[in-house]
Amino acid sequence: MSCYRGKYADELIKNAAYIGTPGKGILAADESTGTIGKRFESIKVENNEENRRALRELLFTAPGVLPFLSGVILFEETLYQKTAAGKPFVDVMKDGGVLPGIKVDKGTVELAGTDGETTTQGLDDMAKRCQQYYTAGARFAKWRAVLKIGPNLPSQLAINENANGLARYAIICQENGLVPIVEPEILVDGSHDIDRCADVTERVLAACYKALNDHHVLLEGTLLKPNMVTPGSDAKKVAAEVIAEYTVRALQRTMPPAVPAVVFLSGGQSEEEATVNLNAMNKLKTKKPWSLTFSYGRALQQSTLKAWAGKTENVKKAQENFHGRCKANSEATLGTYKGGAASSEGASESLHVKDYKY
Amino acid sequence: MTAYCGKYADELIANAAYIGTPGKGILAADESTGTIGKRLSSINVENVEENRRALRELLFCAPGALQYLSGVILFEETLYQKTAAGKLFVDVLKEGGVLPGIKVDKGTVELAGTNGETTTQGLDGLAQRCQQYYAAGARFAKWRAVLKIGANEPSQLAINDNANGLARYAIICQENGLVPIVEPEILVDGSHDINKCAEVTERVLAACYKALNDHHVLLEGTLLKPNMVTPGSDAPKVTPEVVAEYTVRALQRTMPPAVPAVVFLSGGQSEEEATRNLNAMNKLKAKKPWTLSFSFGRALQQSTLKAWAGKVENVGKAQAALLTRCKANSEATLGTYQGDSALSEGASESLHVKDYKY
Repeated sequence: MSCYRGKYADELIKNAAYIGTPGKGILAADESTGTIGKRFESIKVENNEENRRALRELLFTAPGVLPFLSGVILFEETLYQKTAAGKPFVDVMKDGGVLPGIKVDKGTVELAGTDGETTTQGLDDMAKRCQQYYTAGARFAKWRAVLKIGPNLPSQLAINENANGLARYAIICQENGLVPIVEPEILVDGSHDIDRCADVTERVLAACYKALNDHHVLLEGTLLKPNMVTPGSDAKKVAAEVIAEYTVRALQRTMPPAVPAVVFLSGGQSEEEATVNLNAMNKLKTKKPWSLTFSYGRALQQSTLKAWAGKTENVKKAQENFHGRCKANSEATLGTYKGGAASSEGASESLHVKDYKY
Repeated sequence: MTAYCGKYADELIANAAYIGTPGKGILAADESTGTIGKRLSSINVENVEENRRALRELLFCAPGALQYLSGVILFEETLYQKTAAGKLFVDVLKEGGVLPGIKVDKGTVELAGTNGETTTQGLDGLAQRCQQYYAAGARFAKWRAVLKIGANEPSQLAINDNANGLARYAIICQENGLVPIVEPEILVDGSHDINKCAEVTERVLAACYKALNDHHVLLEGTLLKPNMVTPGSDAPKVTPEVVAEYTVRALQRTMPPAVPAVVFLSGGQSEEEATRNLNAMNKLKAKKPWTLSFSFGRALQQSTLKAWAGKVENVGKAQAALLTRCKANSEATLGTYQGDSALSEGASESLHVKDYKY
């Protein structure tokens, strides 16, 4: 069998290409209830549904931000929420030319016999769930696989199992009209150097693309959400240009040109770091037959969250700050970011949390 | 371990890139003694060393031909042969800006339990042989793996074993200074349509690139020599534009941009067909982050051989025929080939031999 050529093929190709539109990227706002709770705790806001709704309304209705976004990833609860005025969030996005996306994995579980390595669950009844999400307006999905670097890690088992899970998820999404974002995150935790990260990233991405081929996934209707290639969190930092060189080279060695775009995760990088690194990649003169853009969560929201602090009177200020970060990352996809965007409290703050669990 | 970065790394990258220079390509003149015997037999020429030497001198000294070539693949015997005037062929090539290459595989053997499928041998002592060839002037190598399309073919075993053999060969070459041409030929024999060929080609290429990654091969220092994606030899033909579309798409779905160039094999295509198909690929507006060029044997030599017929008085005429085909294929790499109004005898003749064995 060749790759997926069913009824959604053309739509998948079109939507994947749209997400990679230069100047646009993805806002990852799919924090689970537990994870958003940790964010709220840091700004002393109670974790209830209304507050979760209010935060997302702040983000999605911030004046002027939607033109910088091609997609927003949502948690299931948010897919069905509305503005205070009663307009469904998915309609706010669609009216603004933004595709709604949905997190479909159900978190990680440990792999027996490994040193704390995990695989991701969520395949049960996934087809049915995807159909429901499509009906509710979602047009792309996200599934996060997690790997870590250590003396003997990642193991072949972890690589194989996570790659296979990603591939199964991807084809089921495509059969049900959702563009799958393939996310094999290699955690930044550790004291390894950038060469080690590059080596592991290339191995992992090669395994992913072999698995996608084995499972007949239509690459033109997918996106990749990888980590950038960087030194470990406990190792010495390097310049953005070095990160750009290593990251693009890893992609050149593993990612077929049929994939329309890469939407990087920000990992533990500060808002400014994530923007500057993306900018450096887009300035690099080398073969890059795919768009290089963002799918940032913390790196788009951190300073906005702090500015909001849960108070209605701060909404406007928070939204302006959010606009600044979206604009900065939009420029970064074009390689035109000049630095110094909305440098409010938090923009340079590292967002690294050891052994981060969503 | 990451990709090969030993003492030959820079040279491998430079040589691989040079072979992919737009406007140039490879003359595959590596017919084994047995195979060249069949060619000579078709023009009633005796298969002795002097005739083999004379033929290759005719080719390599054809006035004006070398400018259209970046490499010539040689059989071992030829690597050490000279012109009648006593000049080593490798020196003739080097002075003409052409890299000498060497066939290093030792032919195919059947895989037990399959329906006539094969794997390729030649790994024993390969490192030492590569060193000798490098010392003799070779700078790239070739290894031909063969797969066929059938009701149940190619089998997973055949794909895996051939991909693994190619990867082992490739890394040994790189460790010894030779750019490996990776050749996974899927025979054109059969009545399958172009979709089937595309499906198989994509599966095979995905397996090859996974194996190359597993074996730490430096992709920037390799070349790919694949079949074009076409209908089977017993199926209705399609236009060059269709061949181009399917072939480029198969490469987009499987070949990382780090690989600098593709040097297509001609299989059973006539000289004119091979040129037109290559031309159509280079005219196609699509993502093609690698050069698309030629590594033709029969499709460069057929009419030359016929014109020569083993007679000294025909050498000039034969060399003119070779020059015509070299120039035509050079133009095809640029997408500027206009078609051949002065087709010499044999240019449109199909060169397909069922179940072709080199």
